Amino acid sequence: MNKQTVRAALAAITLAGVAGATGAQTIKLAYIEVLSGPLGAVGELGSKNLQFVIDELNARGGVLGGRKFEMLPFDSKGSPQEALAALKSATDQGIPFIVQGNSSAVAGALVDAINKHNERNPAKRVMFLNFAAIDPDLTDEKCSFWHFRFDSHVDMKMHGITNAIKADPKVKKVFLINQDYAFGHQVTRAAKEMLAAKRPDVQVVGEDLHPLGRVKDFAPYVAKIRAAGADTIITANWGQDLTLLVRAAKDSKLDVDWYTYYAGAYGSAAAIGDAGIGRVKNIVEWNPNVVNPKMDAFYVAYKAKWPAPADEFFYYRMKVMMGMLGTALEQAKDTDAQKVASALEGMTWQGDVGEVTMRKNDHQLLQPLYIPTFAKVGSGGVRVSLEGSGYGFGNALVVPAAETALPSSCKMQRPTAP
Amino acid sequence: MEFALISLLNGASYGMLLFMLSSGLTLIFGMMGVLNFAHASFYMLGAYFAFQVSSSLGWWPALLMVPLLVGLLGAGVERFGLRRVHRFGHVAELLFTFGLAFMIEEIVHLAWGRNAVDYAVPAELDGTLFTLFNTAFPVYRGLMIVVSAGMMATLYLLLTRTRIGLIIQAALTHPEMAESLGHNVPRVFMLTFGMGCAMAGLAGVIGGNAFVTEPSMAAAMGSIVFVVVVVGGLGSMGGALAASLLIGVLQTFAVGIEWRPLAALGPGAADSVLQQLATLKLSQMAPILPYLLMVAMLIVRPRGLMGQRED
Repeated sequence: MNKQTVRAALAAITLAGVAGATGAQTIKLAYIEVLSGPLGAVGELGSKNLQFVIDELNARGGVLGGRKFEMLPFDSKGSPQEALAALKSATDQGIPFIVQGNSSAVAGALVDAINKHNERNPAKRVMFLNFAAIDPDLTDEKCSFWHFRFDSHVDMKMHGITNAIKADPKVKKVFLINQDYAFGHQVTRAAKEMLAAKRPDVQVVGEDLHPLGRVKDFAPYVAKIRAAGADTIITANWGQDLTLLVRAAKDSKLDVDWYTYYAGAYGSAAAIGDAGIGRVKNIVEWNPNVVNPKMDAFYVAYKAKWPAPADEFFYYRMKVMMGMLGTALEQAKDTDAQKVASALEGMTWQGDVGEVTMRKNDHQLLQPLYIPTFAKVGSGGVRVSLEGSGYGFGNALVVPAAETALPSSCKMQRPTAP
Repeated sequence: MEFALISLLNGASYGMLLFMLSSGLTLIFGMMGVLNFAHASFYMLGAYFAFQVSSSLGWWPALLMVPLLVGLLGAGVERFGLRRVHRFGHVAELLFTFGLAFMIEEIVHLAWGRNAVDYAVPAELDGTLFTLFNTAFPVYRGLMIVVSAGMMATLYLLLTRTRIGLIIQAALTHPEMAESLGHNVPRVFMLTFGMGCAMAGLAGVIGGNAFVTEPSMAAAMGSIVFVVVVVGGLGSMGGALAASLLIGVLQTFAVGIEWRPLAALGPGAADSVLQQLATLKLSQMAPILPYLLMVAMLIVRPRGLMGQRED
């Protein structure tokens, strides 16, 4: 190798370094989710949704004078330990924003770890954007300045569901079936409390907690629900735990109404079939049957990119989350977690579906909620076939954002100005 | 009444699926003394192969082809892997099958991804077999019972009424004598291992779409199958049947029982962990009951329900 080639090579390396430096201007988000195992499909779908939202923001020019967002996935395998290891490697890489949602147990561990990390590393503080972990504790007793929740929590959703039950005189005997961890326990508690307050005549004929993601055969649970004489099931099961439950109920022709948190996803629609028409409800912040020109266009663009039936756009809240984060970054003029968090708390933001507010005292998003009912495409307000099933959820009851604003016991600890 | 009958039927169909798996495992153990840790992995392969075959040729061809395919694969594993490891003793064999289980899981990850595949019950079997009081009993669950009962009958006839079955039994108890009479004992071993794997493959075809086909199904099923074999008695086919049905029915019924077995811990307990335990219902404990049964069985009757060996 002669001197000239060495020089040329050195120059190339230097140039590459400069190019690399401008490339490093992306704003990184660590997406710590369950990406494998029985519930892996859930995290996988979320990553497609988030990536699409990010691509759209980037195509519009990014934030802070042209900086682009970049999502880096980390597999938490649904376990708090694995998630903490992922958090460690994300903070080691200097990623300022942590995105997580599925499993409140994981979110709880992340909140604790992020509080500690931020205290010990003031120069490398991170923010936690939570899109689906809805244990109320995360914005009550365990609330943190670094944590922001973009989904309505268990009690807010149960408030909506029990309001619907209040207006539904058919409901007499309710069975509660949920997953055996922090989230499922909260749902069971909230359902019992709110039913007792709003419909004291309704009887809770049974309540069950089953292991998360490990039950393969729900037939025994369905037999129990039938034996209890229930006419209505309330469940916040998600992922495979919902699909298998619904399928077992359909196989044994269980004759009940369903109030669910998540029947709008995870292949449940196909498993519900004709038996669920007019009888299955869920509670969401948006679905493709909500008539809204902006979101209609967005949904068409999304399906053009991800045409496979299973790849639905489920997380409208990710669009809200990224939009609000972008606005907060512009206001803070920096990616420093404390400045961005200060800009984000209390922010009112005009979303495509409606105005939302990130409540300042507990970092809980207040958003309108919809409670639609299962129907065949072309009837019951269903325009779009959900996951290619030929069914969907339409004709929603609307719960205005203000009505979901439940009190919070959070005593927010704010860091002193840097 | 309705609950009891339906639970019994549900328990029986789940138990028969367990039997399909555990009979292969116990056959291999009884025959070769090999505790095959990769047995449930062959069950998983059966489910994935069935998903693949049924998506192009249909489900019925899969029901016939996949067990053969998995059986051949098993025979290959015995011929080119296990037989070589055999001369280093049982520990080496154990480690070999242990490694094999991990390898199969990784291969499944690479070939089909980390998430569940859409392996569904064929449309013609997606209906109601009969209605008991108000509960519909699905056709597919009936089929699960029929197929495994058919497999059990075939296996019984094969082992007791055919020449090859007699040789297998002879090689099981007196391998040296069988060999000196001119029988090719290593080939009998290969056949047995392949047969055991084929049965696991068949269970995969049936169980994969009744439940879920995903990469952790082998781990989830593997531990429970070991419980069945230990409770039934290692190497005993009748014991495996009894234990499979017992565990199937036990788990099904436990889900329906609201009794709090640790309630006595509750009142006055200062410790919040104890209070937590006291509120546990038997239905929440259903998943650990088989393991509890295994531990109890090992303490009270180490050779299992119908095991031959006292060691």
